[in-house]
Amino acid sequence: MNEDSDSPLRRFRPTRRAVVVGGGALIVGAGVPGAMAAKPLSPAILKATGGAIPKEGRIKIDIPRISESGNSVAMGIVVDSPMTTADHVKSIDIVAPRNPFPNVARFHIGPRAGRAKVSTNIRLALTQDVYAVAAMSDGSFWMAHQEVLVTIAACIDGGM
Amino acid sequence: MAQMRIRVPKTAKPGEVVEIRTLAMHPMVRGGRNDATGVVTPRRIINTFRAVYGGEEIFRMDLSQGIATNPYIAFTTVARETGDILFEWHEDGGAVFAKTVRLIVQ
Repeated sequence: MNEDSDSPLRRFRPTRRAVVVGGGALIVGAGVPGAMAAKPLSPAILKATGGAIPKEGRIKIDIPRISESGNSVAMGIVVDSPMTTADHVKSIDIVAPRNPFPNVARFHIGPRAGRAKVSTNIRLALTQDVYAVAAMSDGSFWMAHQEVLVTIAACIDGGM
Repeated sequence: MAQMRIRVPKTAKPGEVVEIRTLAMHPMVRGGRNDATGVVTPRRIINTFRAVYGGEEIFRMDLSQGIATNPYIAFTTVARETGDILFEWHEDGGAVFAKTVRLIVQ
């Protein structure tokens, strides 16, 4: 073992450890929560929330897991909310981070809706996680996502 | 002229949550350059949809080119009083397609 301490390999070890620790510190420094470390938030999601980091939950996305065509994918969103004047959903965003225009749509709703339930048909450029982000009347943001496998993509033609 | 279809229940009870479904026959032209011909097509989509009921905006949606051709939009509202619901689809360039549907609350 003592021989090792003189080998070039042994001398290099502390440096390598420092690099690993340093890398970890960088990730923490960037403010990425532990659970999200593997998958940083898309800038399009932060655009939807105005910079706030949404919490996971309270939203149910109804979208096919496999879509033969990305040209039209039916998407339904339901947010768990009493929809009262005091406690309601203000808006819901659809975000497709790998689309050329990731901020797909925003629905403005309120207590007059009775329920936080919207649907539309979206275009998907390729296989990706599709997100729904809800802004609540108390200022909090919630999100959910669902992966959609697109076998024939939209948007790859000449732009028509 | 784009053709718009709206499905609203004929009648509803006061306070009932009704689902409204709309379909606009519209190409939702994304715009962009065609690589083969070099022709640049301007974007022409429905960029905003809104619904007004009893003089109050009950729903609005901001659309992008990420919404499919013939945009389908469904949402809910609380039936309050008998009245017309005005639907508006705003197209790039300023054109507005409007339609009203009467909701009978009894």
